[in-house]
Amino acid sequence: MTQSSKKPTYPAPGLDTFPKLLQHNARMFTDKDAMREKEFGIWQSWTWSQVADEVERFALGLQANGVKAGDAVLIIGGNRPRTYWTMCAVQSLGAVPVPTYHDSVASEMQFVIEHSEARVIVAEDQEQVDKILDVKDQCPAVELVIYDDPRGMKGYDPELVKIQDFVTIQAQGEDVRKKNPKQFQELVSMGKGEDISIILYTSGTTGKPKGVVLTYDNTLLTGYYGGLLEGLTENEEILAYLPVAWIGDHIFSYAQSYAMGFCVNCAESSETIAADMREIGPTYYFAPPRVFESLLTNVQIRMEDAAPFKRKMFKYFMQVAKTTGIKLLEKKSVSLFDRFKYALGNVLVYAPLKDALGMGRVRLAYTAGEAIGGEIFDFYRSLGINIKQLYGQTESSVFITVQPDGEVFPDTVGTPSPGVELKIADNGEVIYRSPGAFHSYFKNPESTASTKTSEGWVHTGDAGFMTQSGHLRIIDRAKDVGAFNSGKMFAPKYIENKLKFFPHIQEAVTFGDGRDECMAFINIDLGAVGNWAERNNIAYASYQELAAHPEVNKMVGESVSQVNESLLGDEMLAHSQVSRFLILHKELDADDGELTRTKKVKRKLINERYKVLIDALYAGKTQCFIETEVAFEDGRVGKISGDISIHDAKTYNPVAQAS
Amino acid sequence: MSEPLQKMEAASKLLELKHIDLSFGGVKAISNISFDVLEGEVRAIIGPNGAGKSSLLNVINGFYHPQQGEIWFDGKQRHSMKPYQIAYQGISRTFQNIALFKGMSVLDNIMTGRFTHMHKNMLWQALWKGPAEQEEIENREFVEHIIDFLEIQAIRKTPVGRLPYGLQKRVELGRALAAQPKMLLLDEPMAGMNVEEKEDMCRFILDVNDTFGTTIVLIEHDMGVVMDIADRVVVLDYGRKIGDGTPDVVRNDQTVIDAYLGVSH
Repeated sequence: MTQSSKKPTYPAPGLDTFPKLLQHNARMFTDKDAMREKEFGIWQSWTWSQVADEVERFALGLQANGVKAGDAVLIIGGNRPRTYWTMCAVQSLGAVPVPTYHDSVASEMQFVIEHSEARVIVAEDQEQVDKILDVKDQCPAVELVIYDDPRGMKGYDPELVKIQDFVTIQAQGEDVRKKNPKQFQELVSMGKGEDISIILYTSGTTGKPKGVVLTYDNTLLTGYYGGLLEGLTENEEILAYLPVAWIGDHIFSYAQSYAMGFCVNCAESSETIAADMREIGPTYYFAPPRVFESLLTNVQIRMEDAAPFKRKMFKYFMQVAKTTGIKLLEKKSVSLFDRFKYALGNVLVYAPLKDALGMGRVRLAYTAGEAIGGEIFDFYRSLGINIKQLYGQTESSVFITVQPDGEVFPDTVGTPSPGVELKIADNGEVIYRSPGAFHSYFKNPESTASTKTSEGWVHTGDAGFMTQSGHLRIIDRAKDVGAFNSGKMFAPKYIENKLKFFPHIQEAVTFGDGRDECMAFINIDLGAVGNWAERNNIAYASYQELAAHPEVNKMVGESVSQVNESLLGDEMLAHSQVSRFLILHKELDADDGELTRTKKVKRKLINERYKVLIDALYAGKTQCFIETEVAFEDGRVGKISGDISIHDAKTYNPVAQAS
Repeated sequence: MSEPLQKMEAASKLLELKHIDLSFGGVKAISNISFDVLEGEVRAIIGPNGAGKSSLLNVINGFYHPQQGEIWFDGKQRHSMKPYQIAYQGISRTFQNIALFKGMSVLDNIMTGRFTHMHKNMLWQALWKGPAEQEEIENREFVEHIIDFLEIQAIRKTPVGRLPYGLQKRVELGRALAAQPKMLLLDEPMAGMNVEEKEDMCRFILDVNDTFGTTIVLIEHDMGVVMDIADRVVVLDYGRKIGDGTPDVVRNDQTVIDAYLGVSH
């Protein structure tokens, strides 16, 4: 068992809830920016005291509309200041905010509305209000819908449900405050650390979503401790761009911002994130591996198209960075000449590149959620960006393990965070006990009991082990780890991740549990392969056509055999080399239910939907016909069909290699 | 059905055409057409190819001068005017074939639509500091609201020539809106678009009408779109008006059906 000894305390005595922290920040950092949003082409900012005022008026307005302690208030919105203010306003009343994914469809939303028993919903805009009205008949408990953006909101029928503007509610709150200026203060002081602070619904790879109930002690303490560990200060800048209903955004852009007093920046729209990030230059940044991967792919594609001189310069200095940059970042000794070359590279390549990526000022970057390719990881670190992996989940308020400075490896996820006790169960599953460990699943005692033991140990559902240096290494989801007929371990995600590290492979699904051999489905990356096709004069009209091209199949085949070769080195996994593969005729898509909203593969569904293809793989066929239903963005359903060719991949014999 | 009728009773006439005749040499493009546009409505002009729809729009807009007839706009009779004078009166338009400045950014293109609201002369503009700068800032703010409204923040600084067709159409709408017109003329705003782009454009047209109260006159070929968003429809055929009324009335009018499906004369 590994554990970290420090016992958590609040940022200052008595500051055990976010509303209290907000008032504290309003006094401490009165005129410092707490929040910014780009609107009408200009960054608009709010200081901590302004935020405190906005929150107070909205909270009192909510109270005037009947919201009281213990109520659930649903929040549907993107990363906008008012979304975050609503959370704090709801918490001020002792009520519980329930943020949901704003890209979820009406039926998904209906489940959360019903399950959380929310009577009041705060929605971002007309689009979200429309979704609520769609399912209003099934959710009779909803009494009031508050909207943020008034556009298109004229002429809504108030008989169906009461609809109010955000500013109207705030004006009502203003009236309350005039009558009783002390009321808000009294409400806030009633909050305690062990109160429920938020319910976050997890998207869930199987079945209905579960509502994870977290207390202030969970989120506030975990966020604060994580911040202390990394030395975060009130001068950090962070860009809020990930879904607010996701624990990561809640900790990074809300809990830590309140606990440390740093500024949260909201992008102008989801399409302008890259440009906005460049303008803000965040110092603290989180992105899933997918984002780092696609940024790197973009850089590589653009360098391919650059002039020969620039390309050569980029290649040369990236090589310098590879040998010197990581050493410098980890403060190891580097010769003076190498330092000089790195400094030159910094002027010519690294600094402009980091600036273009919006990472010029990043002091600390995290990545988590999936494994990240060693090459991708090293690329950013060699540029001098301190990117580290962490391991966590909604149930743990993010932090379970973090890589300490100077001990960063691509294949492990670090050592236990402050206050976290960690051990590996007999079946190989990682379990932990921590201050961030969740309170319960909302209205779901069975799941709570099966996940969290009476002593407070939480099952992560991930299989892993501790390395000799005390770092945790995650192999796969415990339930996904299977066995070949030979009895040897089959860890699908491990192999899939290796495949996905190739820029032209977007997604991979492997099969092997209860079989003799490992086989794979591949999704190509339309951006990367499309660019390659353009440069090689290969014409194509659709994803399907490109995926079926023999040259593309050949290229993927080479990647698969490279993965096979790399698997040879791993004693535990040498037998899970991919023997046959095919490229799917369509991209796996969350809209078709094949991926979760966080883009994780839903294995069970894929096993059922593509049974024909799996059978063909194992039957040794070279061709297979398939027809699948796809949902278009406007909700219509169409069909894609076609012949798919199946290929053998080059495998390596572990025995021959050894001899 | 009842909603447009209520609107009609309440609203006053913003534009009225009386007995308009327009010919080019021996070709009679428009003969004896009269119709009105009420304040705040969405008025559609439809008709088969060569019916005179675009000519009619050009008459309203001042590109063409009719040989006969009267045009009343905003309570005043119009005499011969240049298009820019008409723009000052509060009419702006988009074109069937996009007419933007391809090399300029989206922002600059929309700024040109503020022309009628910029009053400082060339000397002030050259001096820049002071009033001219202030004026530019005020106008830029208005343009930013339009960019926000049309959801084109991400392409604010992109040269228009690099944008796909559907977005260019949206930018053109933005430029027309920048003039804060009383009346907006849209010449086939949805031509050549796919279903999704059409739906977006419909949404924007209705939102413009709803949010700014702008009166809209549009020419469109897509009957589904017209029937959905127009309050009243005028039907032209061979330069004559053959139908006028709410979408339901027009849809069931035998003359209109004949014009579209063709009958032996």
